[in-house]
Amino acid sequence: MDIHEYQAKKILSDFGIGIPKGGIAYSPENAEYKAKEIGGSKWVVKAQVHSGARGKAGGIIICKDALEVAQATDKLLGKKLVTNQTGPAGKIINRVYIEEASDIEKELYLGLVFDRGSECIMVVASTEGGMSVEEISSEKPETIIRSKIEVAVGMQEFQAREIAFSLGIEPELVSRTADVIRNCYRVFSELDATMVEINPLVITKDKHVFALDCKMSFDNNALFRRNEVSELRDKSQENPSEVYASDRGLNYVGLDGNIGNIINGAGLAMASMDMIKLAGGEPANFLDVGGGATPEKIVKAFKLVSSDEKVKVILVNIFAGINRCDWIAEGIVQALDQIKIDMPLVIRLAGTNVEKGNQILRDSKINYIEALSLEDAANKAVAALKDVESN
Amino acid sequence: MSILIDENTKMIVQGFTGKIGSFHAQEMLEYGSNLVGGVTPGKGGSTHLGLPVFNTVKDAVSETGAEASILFVPPSFAADSAMEAADAGIKVCVAITDGIPAHDMIRVKRYMRRYTKSEKMTMIGPNCAGIISPGKAMMGIMPGHIYKKGNVGIVGRSGTLGYEAASQMKALDIGVSTSVGIGGDPINGSSFRDILSRFEEDPDTDVILMIGEIGGPQEVDAGQFAKENMKKPVVAYIAGLTAPKGRVMGHAGAIVSAYGESAVEKVELLKECGVTISKNPSVIGDTIKSVIS
Repeated sequence: MDIHEYQAKKILSDFGIGIPKGGIAYSPENAEYKAKEIGGSKWVVKAQVHSGARGKAGGIIICKDALEVAQATDKLLGKKLVTNQTGPAGKIINRVYIEEASDIEKELYLGLVFDRGSECIMVVASTEGGMSVEEISSEKPETIIRSKIEVAVGMQEFQAREIAFSLGIEPELVSRTADVIRNCYRVFSELDATMVEINPLVITKDKHVFALDCKMSFDNNALFRRNEVSELRDKSQENPSEVYASDRGLNYVGLDGNIGNIINGAGLAMASMDMIKLAGGEPANFLDVGGGATPEKIVKAFKLVSSDEKVKVILVNIFAGINRCDWIAEGIVQALDQIKIDMPLVIRLAGTNVEKGNQILRDSKINYIEALSLEDAANKAVAALKDVESN
Repeated sequence: MSILIDENTKMIVQGFTGKIGSFHAQEMLEYGSNLVGGVTPGKGGSTHLGLPVFNTVKDAVSETGAEASILFVPPSFAADSAMEAADAGIKVCVAITDGIPAHDMIRVKRYMRRYTKSEKMTMIGPNCAGIISPGKAMMGIMPGHIYKKGNVGIVGRSGTLGYEAASQMKALDIGVSTSVGIGGDPINGSSFRDILSRFEEDPDTDVILMIGEIGGPQEVDAGQFAKENMKKPVVAYIAGLTAPKGRVMGHAGAIVSAYGESAVEKVELLKECGVTISKNPSVIGDTIKSVIS
């Protein structure tokens, strides 16, 4: 789960990390008032969307007086910000963060992630803050500092100090910078984070260490014990179909193609999408209805996939293991009694009682194309799509 | 032979009396697994499915001599149950549970470092389908009848994709020595490499099928291991060609976040290690057949 910059900064501040003075605003008047309240002579108005690279997309505006702050806010609110991370649809700006501009002397990068190879928490830092970590790795790889933290004992003071010295921090600021690094580690481990990134972490001309921008992601599997994180979820930043799916226990990821998928199991779902691609088509979604594939879940899955306007053909691929194909087939028939699908439907069943299952589908009134293997299903779905497109 | 479990392995179920635990315990018994009891704290002393129920894993081990355990415990308690099994002297533990926090799994793995190699538990999963040694024993949630007994070892992350492969193999009359599901989580008990090394030492396994997916370094790491340490051929399929970068594809661990984690990159790196690639999921059986002959 991702959160907004202003939420991440609140967490940093609660863990003792310095942030510039700032506040959230929901209207131009609100923004103007906030700017005056914050004080100073220069402000930054920042669109709050779940994405990096907001600056390049026009989502960050520097202002010299309170009126400009109001105008910038007016320009951003209600718009969709399209960055290189949001996809072409962009993400809605429902609030902006007004922040006092900092006089920057030095910009650093600081990130914490899980390192799956060593199963440790990895701190990644660089003197080239302000660039994305991908840009740093390709353009200035020599500046990257990595430090592996053993989770059983946590981060030691010397490790944080070493990172700070490696970043070339002047001696009187080393202990403050090391504190920032250690507190970031505490955020990561105490809140079940999967990623904490401060970019840039700045040293200001008046020798403050500030987190100027921050991104955090959290482990969805740990939200059951992190109410303080769960309540930060902003569904307006998620794909509506994905919200619908996650609220109903389905695993769904929206994609750009036009062949909709309903599959049981994540691995089989990815494999079926691969087959569609190899057959010359493009999947419209990833959808795992779960190993069980109950009739209720199949109904929900049909509703979800058919509500996507891009979808022109639906492919159902169910491997019945503990469940039987005849039972799955009855579920599909029931589901199609409840909702009307007016596009080609390819169904492939496999596993226990596959013959019985296919017979139930053939005997039913549903209009579908039967497929016998994964490859057959993908080929028939792509052929059906070509038919639809040529008509 | 086979790896990890056979017809003599004494097994218990943790989370025995719950709905899911009961259902799969029954399936395991019907398959012929040597299930000797189960654990549900607070229900010790009772009988379930004709088998004794214990309050703790230690009690179950001392009363029945159990060596293996399978967990059907909710995510919030699963890490604790795995550590309890390790401490009671269980040798193989399968965690079926989906949704264990990554931080908890790291804690389990650190906890197990206190044991010497000979007394250390092998953990399989979490978020997996379990283990089956066809014709001998099943400790998992897979449909046992789709696996034919034979000499191909299977190791994979996904449940249903593993079933797809096993049924393609059965249709071609190819059998399986043991199939192991290592699960779809980013932090898991046993890696592809761990299972490959067991298959390499198993006299009944001639060929290994590895079913991987996007995300993490384990598939490529296993390929390196195969290149340097294995004589038996390895066939692999990597799912997730169409997965966009940075998105979680169902499995918590199926996310491309670095170089070498996409399906295309993994396939290239595995080829360099001499692994035979099944070019699509529909020809997994055929690819194994061509490697065997």
